[in-house]
Amino acid sequence: MTYLAKPKFHHPDLPKNALGFTHRDYEGTVSTLCAGCGHDSITASIIQACFELSIEPHRVAKISGIGCSSKTPTYFLGNSHGFNSVHGRMPSVLTGANLANRDLIYLGVSGDGDSASIGLGQFAHCLRRGVNMVYIVENNGVYGLTKGQFSATADRGSKSKRGFVNTDNSIDLAAMALQLGASFVARSFSGDKHQLVPIIKAAIAHRGAAFIDIISPCVAFNNHPGSTKSFDFVREHNEAVNRLDFISSRMPIEIDYQPGTVEIVTQHDGSRLALRKIGADYDPTDRTAAMGFLQQQAAKGQIVTGLLYVHPDSEDLHAHLRTAEAPLNSLGEKDLCPGSAVLDKINAGLR
Amino acid sequence: MPTAAPISRVNDFVVRFANVNGSGSASANEMFARAIMRMGIPVGPRNIFPSNIQGLPTWYEVRISEAGHLGARGGTDLMVAMNPQTFDKDIAAIEPGGYLLYDSTKPLPASKFRNDITVIGVPLTAICNREYTDPRQRQLFKNIIYIGVLSALLDMDVKVIEQLIGEQYKGKEKLIEPNIKALHIGRDYATLNLTCPLPIKVRTVDKVGDRIFIEGNSAAALGAVYGGATVCAWYPITPSSSLADAFTRHCAKLRIDPQTKKANYAIIQAEDELASIGMVIGAAWNGARSFTATSGPGISLMQEFIGLAYFAEIPSVIFNVQRAGPSTGMPTRTQQCDLISCAYASHGDTKHVMLLPENPTEAFEFGAQAFDLADRLQTPVFVMLDLDIGMNHHLCRPMVWDDAKKYDRGKIMTAAELEAGKDFGRYLDVDGDGIPYRTYPGTHPTRGSFFTRGTSRDRYAKYTEEGAPYVDNMQRLLRKFETAKDIVPRPLIANAAKPTKFGVIYFGSTAPAMDEAIEMIEAKGHTLDRMRVRAFPFHSSVNSFVADHDFVFVVEQNRDAQMRSLIVNECNIDPVRLVSVLHYDGTPITARFIEKAITEKLDALKVKPEKVVS
Repeated sequence: MTYLAKPKFHHPDLPKNALGFTHRDYEGTVSTLCAGCGHDSITASIIQACFELSIEPHRVAKISGIGCSSKTPTYFLGNSHGFNSVHGRMPSVLTGANLANRDLIYLGVSGDGDSASIGLGQFAHCLRRGVNMVYIVENNGVYGLTKGQFSATADRGSKSKRGFVNTDNSIDLAAMALQLGASFVARSFSGDKHQLVPIIKAAIAHRGAAFIDIISPCVAFNNHPGSTKSFDFVREHNEAVNRLDFISSRMPIEIDYQPGTVEIVTQHDGSRLALRKIGADYDPTDRTAAMGFLQQQAAKGQIVTGLLYVHPDSEDLHAHLRTAEAPLNSLGEKDLCPGSAVLDKINAGLR
Repeated sequence: MPTAAPISRVNDFVVRFANVNGSGSASANEMFARAIMRMGIPVGPRNIFPSNIQGLPTWYEVRISEAGHLGARGGTDLMVAMNPQTFDKDIAAIEPGGYLLYDSTKPLPASKFRNDITVIGVPLTAICNREYTDPRQRQLFKNIIYIGVLSALLDMDVKVIEQLIGEQYKGKEKLIEPNIKALHIGRDYATLNLTCPLPIKVRTVDKVGDRIFIEGNSAAALGAVYGGATVCAWYPITPSSSLADAFTRHCAKLRIDPQTKKANYAIIQAEDELASIGMVIGAAWNGARSFTATSGPGISLMQEFIGLAYFAEIPSVIFNVQRAGPSTGMPTRTQQCDLISCAYASHGDTKHVMLLPENPTEAFEFGAQAFDLADRLQTPVFVMLDLDIGMNHHLCRPMVWDDAKKYDRGKIMTAAELEAGKDFGRYLDVDGDGIPYRTYPGTHPTRGSFFTRGTSRDRYAKYTEEGAPYVDNMQRLLRKFETAKDIVPRPLIANAAKPTKFGVIYFGSTAPAMDEAIEMIEAKGHTLDRMRVRAFPFHSSVNSFVADHDFVFVVEQNRDAQMRSLIVNECNIDPVRLVSVLHYDGTPITARFIEKAITEKLDALKVKPEKVVS
């Protein structure tokens, strides 16, 4: 039995959010992943982000593919419907779900095997279409459940736990997402909650296809010297382009920023992204420059993290399709069935 | 001197047009068929086309039958041979005593013809070259000119054709007059130079009634509109693409909100069939009625997802417009060859519901009903058309809708029920019919959420790999399949006038040929009871029909007797009692084929005709 319910007891003084929910209301069952798995840190960040955003826990649909990462939706948002679909096909299931009800928040969780190998096609096409969603890849460069084979995001020259050297070129999903037209692209590290939580919050508030590549070391199979997805390697080579503060539309900006060090980006819903610049003069609204920068730094062996690109006023698939404002799943006979009189006319035109 | 007497028949013959693909012949030929229908004569046209856009041979066959026999008949009485590539074969296909209409601009040696047919030459190219300078016009009007020639040869009502031209070019009025002129160029040439009418000809009657003339794909798509489908995800594949195209067209007319001008539907042309079915499943999981349209290769690609929809119990509708397989097979030819790949689609133990419409009207009805069944049974439902039904116009009874009808959304637990404390177990068989309750995502803040998965789970949707809850769940799925037997469309039985020991089971597009074949078989003194199966799983009447007869013929359009295998397998029947009649060369099955196969088999069984017919 790999299903473990969490005890419901909690401290009476746990902080509550604007809706009166505590952190615990956003949790799921106990994780069955390995102790120390990067994915569990991501789960914790998702829980914190949803709590802080005061999202009604049941208004999220969490959809995943197959693999260690795709198991994690069981471990957060226990009051949300979840769908653990088939390997590499989360994007199509999420797209369909989104078409049926545009009012829910769609959180797609996938892994590097799921998105960069078997599901590369669906990864690409759902971003192209601008499905309104948060698409998270928990990227560890390795197949965990089948015990340590390289995935397509493993860097060329990196070494497996058994000592094999990867000779294939790697796929950079964040770089692809930029090319494919995702309107929000970020990369982060499971071990850097301070960077990750605001990115998740900003992605949820974003309208359009938001993609987050999260490097998430596999403690069982990919955390050794020679790996480029280990905790040590990522910490040493992490090059953050900015630090993000997410300020929802309801909140005033309370933090004092040094002039010239912060860029404020306002999204369609009024939420603001306060981006503290670090190092290079990085403009996260310049898609072409972002693509170039990622390539340059990758060539130097650096892992660029932070909010890489945002189009604050992007449209989503529903805008392209001009779908009704009411969710399609709420429409009944009156809206959908043209009735017998119309059918009689159609018949008459077929003679 | 012809060695066979010229065929002489009124309102009962087959015209076949042999053309080059992409030459614009299709609309002229269809106009010919429509004109016959407007003269009150039942007509059955069939398009025989290659997997090609331009240059390869294509044929259009029009069966004209006052008696109302609209299945393919086989053989051609009048060949309109407009394709030099296929000329020899086309001539060989003419029935003895039949007729050939050809373009006589370039003289052909007598050896090109047969002496048992009537050869009618019209210098079509010469006429066009004389009348038109633009090469494209020469080509397009040539088609209308030969329709004009036929109108005189067959004694057609020219007013009807003129009216059809007017309707076809409504909105492009300046095209009407040149087309009517071309029609009369042909008609006048024939009247002046040929013996008109031929011994085969048409005569205005009143045998069409209120029937409609429609392609199955268009009707099925209209069924999806009426059935409340809001999400369509598809990937182009012949012969199903025109179903998704038709849905798009129907929705643009029927599903735009009059106030907001917004779409009460969403259509996605997906990146492949896997994504199509994935979107359908995602939408259905989230409470929208959704479907895809595909053909055999698409079904192969969707297998994994179909198994998920079966096991996770997600309503989904799949229109399968079947074409000849295996592999790419004959992509523009018809077959009923995906019965087994759909009935048991995906790995592991699975069984799926299939609906088997006979024609466009039933494709409309089943197309709508499929959504009720999918929601009620929470499982994939296949609507099994084929290329013959889907891509050809059929004359069939009008489509009917009952405005009192409400959609059956199946067992859905509401927020109020959850709030009131009703026990919710996603896979709990509360009513004993194998069908559990489901909740839509986002229903209630703290109750009714569950995790949907393709892995094994207990009645409350909790993951488990223990044997007992797995078996419990698999048994419930079988109970659900039993429930399906009584709510899917029932077989239709037509008993012979006298009791007989022989029966025949058939389905889908075989129906019109079967109806005609029965008359031919009865004329030879044999009698057969008929059962048209309309759905899988089989209603108990299939078992009793087989039990009530010594031998039952199973007529189908595939090599491996797939329907027979399903009956043997699902009804536990001794295979010896089911005799296969199989037609699978990619052309629609004909009455002549069925009649010959069944009477030969009856003769082999030493069945004596009950009466001798001259």
